[in-house]
Amino acid sequence: MITAVLNRLVASAATLLGVAVVVFVLLRIVPGDPIAMMIAPGASPEDVAALRARYGLDTSIPEQFWIWLQGVLSGDFGTSISLRLDVLGLLASRLPATLELAIAALVVAVVLGGAIAVVGTLMGRRTGGALDAANGLLLAVPDFVWALALVLLLGVAWPLFPLTGRIDPSVATDFHTRFYLLESLATGRLAVARDVAAHMVMPTLALALPLAAVIARVLKEALGEAMLQDYVLLARIKGMSETRLVMQEALRNAVGPTLALTGVQFTFLLGGTVIVERIFAYPGIGNMAIDAVINRDLPLIQGLVLLFGLMFILINLAVDLAVAALNPRLRHG
Amino acid sequence: MAETFVDEDGGAAGRRRALARALLAEPKVVVGGGFVLFLVAVALFAPWIAPHDPLEQDLMLATLPPAGFAGAEPGYPLGTDGLGRDVLSRLVYGTRIALTVAFVAATLAALFGTVLGLLAGYLGGKVDTVIGRLVDIWMAFPPVLLSILLVAILGSGLHSVIIAIAVIDWTRFCRVVRAETMAQARMDYVTAAVTIGFPRPAILVREILPNVAPVIIALVSLEMGIAIIVEAILSFVGLSVSSDTPTWGGMIAEGRQIVHHGWWVLAAPLAALFAAVLAFNQLGGGLRRALDPVMRR
Repeated sequence: MITAVLNRLVASAATLLGVAVVVFVLLRIVPGDPIAMMIAPGASPEDVAALRARYGLDTSIPEQFWIWLQGVLSGDFGTSISLRLDVLGLLASRLPATLELAIAALVVAVVLGGAIAVVGTLMGRRTGGALDAANGLLLAVPDFVWALALVLLLGVAWPLFPLTGRIDPSVATDFHTRFYLLESLATGRLAVARDVAAHMVMPTLALALPLAAVIARVLKEALGEAMLQDYVLLARIKGMSETRLVMQEALRNAVGPTLALTGVQFTFLLGGTVIVERIFAYPGIGNMAIDAVINRDLPLIQGLVLLFGLMFILINLAVDLAVAALNPRLRHG
Repeated sequence: MAETFVDEDGGAAGRRRALARALLAEPKVVVGGGFVLFLVAVALFAPWIAPHDPLEQDLMLATLPPAGFAGAEPGYPLGTDGLGRDVLSRLVYGTRIALTVAFVAATLAALFGTVLGLLAGYLGGKVDTVIGRLVDIWMAFPPVLLSILLVAILGSGLHSVIIAIAVIDWTRFCRVVRAETMAQARMDYVTAAVTIGFPRPAILVREILPNVAPVIIALVSLEMGIAIIVEAILSFVGLSVSSDTPTWGGMIAEGRQIVHHGWWVLAAPLAALFAAVLAFNQLGGGLRRALDPVMRR
């Protein structure tokens, strides 16, 4: 078990290094010159050279990579060219917004997907078929389309929720952390928490609906299989109600395969935050990533891509460990 | 001799007929494929279908609502956008970009992914390890971010969008084709071909590939839906084709900005996008069922 984990860690580190190399090389062949975009008109060639040296763009690509890698390993991600701020500080200030959004979406997706699967299993063939068809629809439509459909439905037709941003600045600005929702809940400021939550409703739903559909389909399949097992039959003969059968007996055995898939799908959800945050002008790392690319902000793009890669790899690792921990047969394998 | 020839020919035609029957018996193929054909027709005949020039601006007629709403003008059934351009005509012309990207990008992604997947699955060993590592690295990028990054590097435009989609989504094909190839390579008919002494490339192309093809065809259909979405996302961010070519994503971007006084500018292309993605999805699912000999039985 320990060697397996160590092997995975080494492989993950290699993947992350690969991600860093790919993005570094890609960005260095960009035709657009980031320095040209930030100099004032009429700057002397010496000024340009000085600026180039300041951002470390005056050496060869392997040299630049080596310098950058050394910096990253000592916690220095460089300085953003467009925002002129420390990249690590920028990431730290935006990451909590994305994390709150992604985790809220994960929770909604698990609850919703689980509910669809359990209700579908209890309903039997005929009505369950209609639910399957609806779920198929949910499965086919990506977060981008959901986000815009929600803009039309809950932002314009029935304007129930705010369309942009993370919080109404008139409600509160005095936060100690960047976890607005968690902090306002923990300090009991419910009015503030409600405003933050209202801003999160649409982006959360847009991210959660496709994932809920995937969870529902896989969990329902696993539940259907579990319901045919002998222990369920035995419990049924002993007079256990159908609802308790599904909730107590089948669900416990169906969670394993669903968990593995949910982990992979969660990384897709995290990737989806990029465009969903953009649509709702939500100030997370995804929205910042699009700006960084448009502004050719090399240090910031590198930091962001590495951060996304790190999160993807950590999620996969965590899921593998959780699946192994839940399944005694894999634990000794 | 002549008789066998005729017989063989009849057999192939019979197989084709059986395949056509299997495809038409699958409602998902008929509905999804039917809508895709409709979109192809709209794209081909766009100049005859569109009531107006999609680029013609008339600020006197800006943000007219669609037919049936107060203030609508006859001749503009889906209303006009912020510059007074006819939404229906732009929608019709936008089909061209959407389908071009769908067909070309999905085919390219399938080509890369299939070649690498076949090699990884059949050769195994070091080749498999290297390709697998490459897939791992690719999967650690958020795809939307990677596509935006690639288009920013390649410069905006239709070519860049297509290349970006192919460069990102080959992994979908590679993973599936690799797994299928590994499964097929263990089958008896492959062992038989090896025993007879067929060269390895011939086995891969003539024996294994035809058996992996149904999965690839179904995936291509799904990938077309994905490609349409990615193109729309890139247009939305402002990185796809230049703004004077009508695209669904470009319309969506404009509609999102004026959503409070021109919701139809967003609703119309979004509905088109939704329908197109659903159609490709249904077609893909149906094809997988109809073409898979095991599932057909």
